[in-house]
Amino acid sequence: MADTTLSLGKTNLDFFAQTLIELAENDRDILICTSDSRGSGRVTPFAEKFPQQIVEIGIAEQNLVGVSAGLSSMGKKVFTISPACFLTARSLEQIKNDVAYSDHPVKIIGISAGVSYGALGTTHHSLHDFAVMQAINNIDIVAPADNFETQKVIQAAINHPRPLYIRFGKKAMPHLHNVETYFEIGKAIQLTPNQDSYDVVFIAIGETVAPAFLASQDLVSEGLKCCVLSVHSLRPFDELAVRQAVEKSKVVITVEEHSINGGLGSRVASFLMQAGINRPFKIVGIPDEHTVTGSQGEIFKHYGISPQGLAKTATQLLEQR
Amino acid sequence: MISTSDHLISREKTALLEFKSIQYRKTILSLIYSAKAGHTGGSLSCVDILNVLYNQTMNITTKNFGDIDRDHYVHSKGHSVEALYAVLLDQGFYTIDELNTIEKYNSPFIGHPTRSIPGIEQNTGALGHGLSISVGMALAAKMDHRDNRVFTIMGDGELTEGSIWEASASAANYKLDNLVAIVDRNTLQISGRTENVMAMESLDEKFSAFGFAVRHVDGNNVGELAALFDTLPFEEEKPNLVLAHTIKGKGISFMEDNVGWHHRVPTDEEYALAIQELDLAEQKVENSNG
Ligand SMILES: Cc1ncc(C[n+]2csc(CCOP(=O)(O)OP(=O)(O)O)c2C)c(N)n1
Ligand SMILES: [Mg+2]
Repeated sequence: MADTTLSLGKTNLDFFAQTLIELAENDRDILICTSDSRGSGRVTPFAEKFPQQIVEIGIAEQNLVGVSAGLSSMGKKVFTISPACFLTARSLEQIKNDVAYSDHPVKIIGISAGVSYGALGTTHHSLHDFAVMQAINNIDIVAPADNFETQKVIQAAINHPRPLYIRFGKKAMPHLHNVETYFEIGKAIQLTPNQDSYDVVFIAIGETVAPAFLASQDLVSEGLKCCVLSVHSLRPFDELAVRQAVEKSKVVITVEEHSINGGLGSRVASFLMQAGINRPFKIVGIPDEHTVTGSQGEIFKHYGISPQGLAKTATQLLEQR
Repeated sequence: MISTSDHLISREKTALLEFKSIQYRKTILSLIYSAKAGHTGGSLSCVDILNVLYNQTMNITTKNFGDIDRDHYVHSKGHSVEALYAVLLDQGFYTIDELNTIEKYNSPFIGHPTRSIPGIEQNTGALGHGLSISVGMALAAKMDHRDNRVFTIMGDGELTEGSIWEASASAANYKLDNLVAIVDRNTLQISGRTENVMAMESLDEKFSAFGFAVRHVDGNNVGELAALFDTLPFEEEKPNLVLAHTIKGKGISFMEDNVGWHHRVPTDEEYALAIQELDLAEQKVENSNG
């Protein structure tokens, strides 16, 4: 194992909440809508500072999204915050019709996404949100990997012209980028140095970018050439960056905290297949089964979403060629 | 509170139920304390209701569990799963060793009820589902001319889910007097007082207007609960709605009516204090009943 250590930042959600306070100082049109979720959304300090800029809906996620759409249609900059599991399942019709189809640029913030809730179980996991959002036209989809990507996406979100879904986990994230890194919604970020060819390319999203990066460092220490792409945006999707990385590589691994059906892996596979680019390919995520029970870390480990698991998958894929 | 004098249960029975409530509270706290996770306040507020349902009112046992004619229970406020775990443990559905795997890797005992656990028949955890499922179960019983009943406990914060009111309309429409919906009216949810988060009073008038036969009860008083449930069904052809007035965190002085204890885990010191209080309560019940 390479002893790469990344310095630890805050949870992306805490960083989001802090950034939003900074932005709201100068913009009275910024509103937060919650469904008994201000604590879990880390926006209690926001509520104390700007009591006029938070709308509490109670435990009623459908109404939450409908009201948000109405507020947005009247010019408010609405951040709608609720656990991703409820927001993208229970309120899906409101997201589809009242937000996306009606083109009201609500910022739908899904918190504690993926398996962040660990042993609270399947009712609280959101392993479907990328899939359903990708099947709905006119909503952009972003899952930031670290505090830097979080800050950038929130700054961009304020005046983003289209509906936007942003997905956050729950745990503190290591810093992956330096402050000069270029960020734009829809443009993937390469974490590794540019080379003429690679043995392995990891294409990861959100909070699985860190384990993918650490896996790549292990492989590099064993003499392999790796590329790691942080695809923070599933829509717009950066086909060019994916194509450029994959064309130079021997094998491709996608990584996500989502069902292996309908998420990043499917998106990349569908693109590559239709572009006629063929490589040994593995989608790492949560398989189509009753999710194993345990903490987020235990679930990750079980399904190989860990530096060790991903390095092993890469080695196997290279051997099988 | 309704007058329950016509349906008094015996002093011995009441004492036994009171004793069980204390044991259940100890189990709830030890589960949350050792798992370092759980929903403390809401489990402590609804456990007396579950106690009476399982030990007095419903005919659900390990023996008849596979029998569709028995009564049925749906834990709509699924986050308060520790209360259900404690009661089902006492009913013999699983062992303490099995339950002690709670929250661990690959354990079926997770933070919400699942059907992989003996004694649990519906998966819950997302609020606002239990009443609809219960309507379906009660409707099936009516269709097949069975006289068993379906019970469910909902949180009062949960009542803001629109689906609750859709389910309410259907319960009355199908005249489900075999449906017993119980509201754990502890007046708190995560963000504060239910009336401050989203005002819903008058709940009595709302549920009555939807067609329920509504009754009020002290939801932490096992004697009153047992007496009230003895009068089911409350009215012919009307679904039953019990507004069970409870105290969130009931039984532990420093947790009672304190919003912070929704899902807080006791520290070593708090746990010791809590068990001490429950030991005292146990002595009191024993003394007053010789
Ligand atoms: C659909 C849904 N939205 C949000 C939650 C998160 N949540 C869990 S418990 C809770 C508060 C419940 O309050 P209440 O119903 O009053 O329960 P109690 O006070 O009995 O614990 C919330 C919002 C959830 N479990 N399901
Ligand atoms: Mg409550």
